[in-house]
Amino acid sequence: MKSNTNTSNPYGRSDLHTIARWIPDGSRVLDLGCGNGDFLKTLKQEKQVTGYGIELDAEKIANCVASGVNVIQTNLDQGLADFDSNSFDFVVLSLTLQAVHRPRLLLQEMLRVGQHGIVTFPNFAHWRNRLQIALGGQMPVSKQLPHKWYNTPNIHLCTIKDFKVLCEELGIKVDTFAALNSNDADSAPISILPNLLGEIALTKFSRKT
Amino acid sequence: MTQSAQQPLSSTLGIVTPQTARFSKPLKLESGDVLDSYELVYETYGELNAARSNGILLCHALTGDHHAAGLHSDDPKTAGWWDQIVGPGKPIDTNKFFVVSPNNLGGCSGSAGPTSINPQTGKVYGPDFPFVTVNDFVESQRRLADTLEISQWAAVIGGSLGGMQVLEWSITHPERLRHAIVIAAAAKLSAQNIAFNEVARQAIRTDPDYCDGRYFEQDKVPHRGLRVARMVGHITYLSDDKMASKFGRNLRDKTQLDYRFDTEFEVESYLRYQGDQFINRFDANTYLLMTKALDYFDPAAKTNDDLNQALAVAKAKFLVISFSSDWRFPVERSREIVRALQNNSLDVSYAEIESPHGHDSFLLDVPDYVRVLSAYIDRVASEAETISP
Repeated sequence: MKSNTNTSNPYGRSDLHTIARWIPDGSRVLDLGCGNGDFLKTLKQEKQVTGYGIELDAEKIANCVASGVNVIQTNLDQGLADFDSNSFDFVVLSLTLQAVHRPRLLLQEMLRVGQHGIVTFPNFAHWRNRLQIALGGQMPVSKQLPHKWYNTPNIHLCTIKDFKVLCEELGIKVDTFAALNSNDADSAPISILPNLLGEIALTKFSRKT
Repeated sequence: MTQSAQQPLSSTLGIVTPQTARFSKPLKLESGDVLDSYELVYETYGELNAARSNGILLCHALTGDHHAAGLHSDDPKTAGWWDQIVGPGKPIDTNKFFVVSPNNLGGCSGSAGPTSINPQTGKVYGPDFPFVTVNDFVESQRRLADTLEISQWAAVIGGSLGGMQVLEWSITHPERLRHAIVIAAAAKLSAQNIAFNEVARQAIRTDPDYCDGRYFEQDKVPHRGLRVARMVGHITYLSDDKMASKFGRNLRDKTQLDYRFDTEFEVESYLRYQGDQFINRFDANTYLLMTKALDYFDPAAKTNDDLNQALAVAKAKFLVISFSSDWRFPVERSREIVRALQNNSLDVSYAEIESPHGHDSFLLDVPDYVRVLSAYIDRVASEAETISP
């Protein structure tokens, strides 16, 4: 299905629009690294979800509060200890996995706290990244990864293949998977060679039963 | 400090006048005692709107009072304790809200308390004033709300002991507030908190001038005990780092040690000054009662120590704020509250403010704190406008 058949995208970014489709109306959602709360605010309006955002930055917290989004100031690197097991339907981590100190632990925590996890991350195996290393001999710099190697907050970059291997190792079942070649509002999903052609990976997963 | 820095020129509210509400219906207290009649002194700022939907109740902390903002005509140099937050155009904007700020029952600033006259004897209550709890404060405030014909507060707001009152409101009168703003508080005191309070109480009660609480009758005041109690309190309101940066090991008006018990270090001078200021404005019996009210507060005690269950009845939307360097009511205590609210699927936002000022931060102009508080209260204001009479 092509996303350009949709007339409008209230989420602005195509990655958010895609994962919003995976979240049923009325779900209870925890959004990790919720920024200014825009995604949750739109989810609330469009899908009547309830839940909380997690953010660390004081200014973004105030912005969430100003938007009427419930936000809890927490450092994701300290885990989700303040949340009870099974207290959410969905725990969302959007373009943040690569910046956390212990991504493996956080994935496990997401599935302790939530029924389903949704993670989106920049695919390091995207062909442009590969070219920059293979031909240019330098660490890739792109729209998704705009920093230089020495100042990047992205300390745990991975490829789609790497992520799937880790899920297997952790006993995580990947329910749905998508790749996009950008997060522009009208970007279409990629069905062939996602680990080469996809710049952003999106996945919904749950515990193996 | 320069003379001009002491002038609270920031107070834009101008002169405010306390009012007194008299209640003649007996109030059964949590302890089982009954107050046959009592008075509450309070201030109001701003105007109640036609829908009576813009009322904000301010709950004060241990040694606070009803004078939260503006100036008193007999003391035009001292602004209320939250003057930087409450006033026209300020975060709690008195152009939008009708703010009610009572002195707690049992207080010493005009509400019925140990320094007021016992109508049954015609004498000062002194130590005979009954024990009061946070629940009793809230019950008396609920009656004040009835008197003012405010059926639902737009928000109830308080820090420290005031934050406990906000929690209690949300549990005992869930329908009567739309928003609960709980700042630098806890759902109960820790053993360490109670221990500090007990040191303060012992300092007062072992002062020879305490006279078993009947010091007024003997024309005495337990100044020394009250002073030490305040000094202990002040240590716990500041952080170690703040004390280090404010005083360090600096000497007071001297360049070398004299090997005497006079004030030698700056920090000693500071504590003595704070103690001396306090004895002129606060009553010893009241201090004893208020610290006990802190110690007794534990809403979860009624629900098998389960705070989730205690807050299950709450309906308000919450903003919870804590401060990184507050070791009197550390951030973990606020997180417990937030967690219980989340577990009840209540609307809650939580900000953990980076501040070096310890527990006292809630009274100070910490930018991140004021920003999040303002953002929240702005929404409370817009919502209050949409409620029809």
